[in-house]
Amino acid sequence: MDWFNNWIDKLHETFIEGDRYMTLLEGFGETLKITFGALLIGIVIGTFVAIVKVLCEGNKKLKIFDVLCNIYLTVIRGTPVVVQLLIMFFIVFVSAEDGTMVATLTFGINSGAYVAETIRSGILAIDKGQTEAGRSLGFSAGKTMWLIVLPQAFKNILPAIGNEMIALLKETSVAGYVAVVDLTKAGNQIRNTTYDQFNPIICVALVYLTVVLIMTRLLNMLERRLRKSER
Amino acid sequence: MNGNYLIEVKGLSKIYNGGKIVALDNVTTGIEKGEVVVVIGPSGSGKSTLLRSLNRLEDPDGGEIVFEGTNILSKKTDINKMREKMGMVFQQFNLFPHMTVLKNMTIAPMKLLKMSKEEAEKNAMNLLERVGLSDRAGAYPSQLSGGQKQRVAIVRALMMNPDVMLFDEPTSALDPEMVGEVLDVMKSLAKEGMTMVVVTHEMGFAREVADRVIFMADGAIEEEGTPDEIFTNPKGERTKQFLQSIL
Repeated sequence: MDWFNNWIDKLHETFIEGDRYMTLLEGFGETLKITFGALLIGIVIGTFVAIVKVLCEGNKKLKIFDVLCNIYLTVIRGTPVVVQLLIMFFIVFVSAEDGTMVATLTFGINSGAYVAETIRSGILAIDKGQTEAGRSLGFSAGKTMWLIVLPQAFKNILPAIGNEMIALLKETSVAGYVAVVDLTKAGNQIRNTTYDQFNPIICVALVYLTVVLIMTRLLNMLERRLRKSER
Repeated sequence: MNGNYLIEVKGLSKIYNGGKIVALDNVTTGIEKGEVVVVIGPSGSGKSTLLRSLNRLEDPDGGEIVFEGTNILSKKTDINKMREKMGMVFQQFNLFPHMTVLKNMTIAPMKLLKMSKEEAEKNAMNLLERVGLSDRAGAYPSQLSGGQKQRVAIVRALMMNPDVMLFDEPTSALDPEMVGEVLDVMKSLAKEGMTMVVVTHEMGFAREVADRVIFMADGAIEEEGTPDEIFTNPKGERTKQFLQSIL
């Protein structure tokens, strides 16, 4: 049992001494802030882009909006998120002090491009009869979308949005590239001060894994509840 | 017919696939206030296209549709306002699955006519009572039978207090034993004087309820007249053939 006692000592040395676990906790907080903030921004942008793309399809007058959306989608999906992060931090917000804000915005804009496609396919999966019924009652195209099509689409794409959230959580681990101390960066800092290569990384990995498991669980519960209304 | 139409259709045409398919070929007719018009014809004859053009769910390529004095095909017309006055019932019901029966019925009058929730729900309950579904107000569409769904779809359209009701094959998706309950609701509507345009294959309904029957073939009106004229003494060869094949 010698190795076990040694390991416990090592853990104590790495995390407890100098209250280094606080760095991890704070980093974890930053990671959650960036993830949820970015998800919110992503859903708002994604919904907007999806609606614009669906409503502008085949409408010559609104074609310019469709083109703008396509440029956004192409640029965001055609470049790595780390590069986008660097552009935002060192070129767009040159003098930004709040790295977390810049990171949240970057991941939000990035996520929006992926969410947009998900929501668009969700909208297109709703039977055309729903739109016709809404329009025949006198609702405008926009109101029909908002009141009738989108709520049904969201229910269908909820699992995909949940997966996006999980992907986002893991993606934010590159936020350390700009002056943000997120969970991963906090682990690295501890590694650099203590020269303990093993425990900080494993600990960081376990935290990510735990959060992902919890999110998956919550998502399944939510999905089951939403399905109930249709039975 | 006195030429005083609620809906007047003039030279309506509709072309699909860049001219390859002519869905409507210069259709001219009119619907008087309080009239029940049944449109029959073989599939692909353009009867659904004609009906769906009346509230512009299909955009015709030429002609005019004048509803209550307004050409609804004009770009200047606020089609949403026009549609509030034209109820529509679909073959596939198209109830909103994420809303209860009551919400399905109240959402349009509340959002579009700014009706209060209390008033809208009171009206909805009255209508549900009339079609024998007052106990289903809290149910979701997936919990209803086909016949019940279609009855709800009819009263949902009635909630907007329309001047005309358009029916697009309202019984075609129903199991045979449920056709009667839907036709009964439509009959009572007709008796109350509602203006109705009905695309259907229910010849019994057409005979009993219609003031006028329009027979369509190849996108054009082949023959129109009273049910007696069409069913007992059809003049056109196409009409005779069609009636023979289904009766």
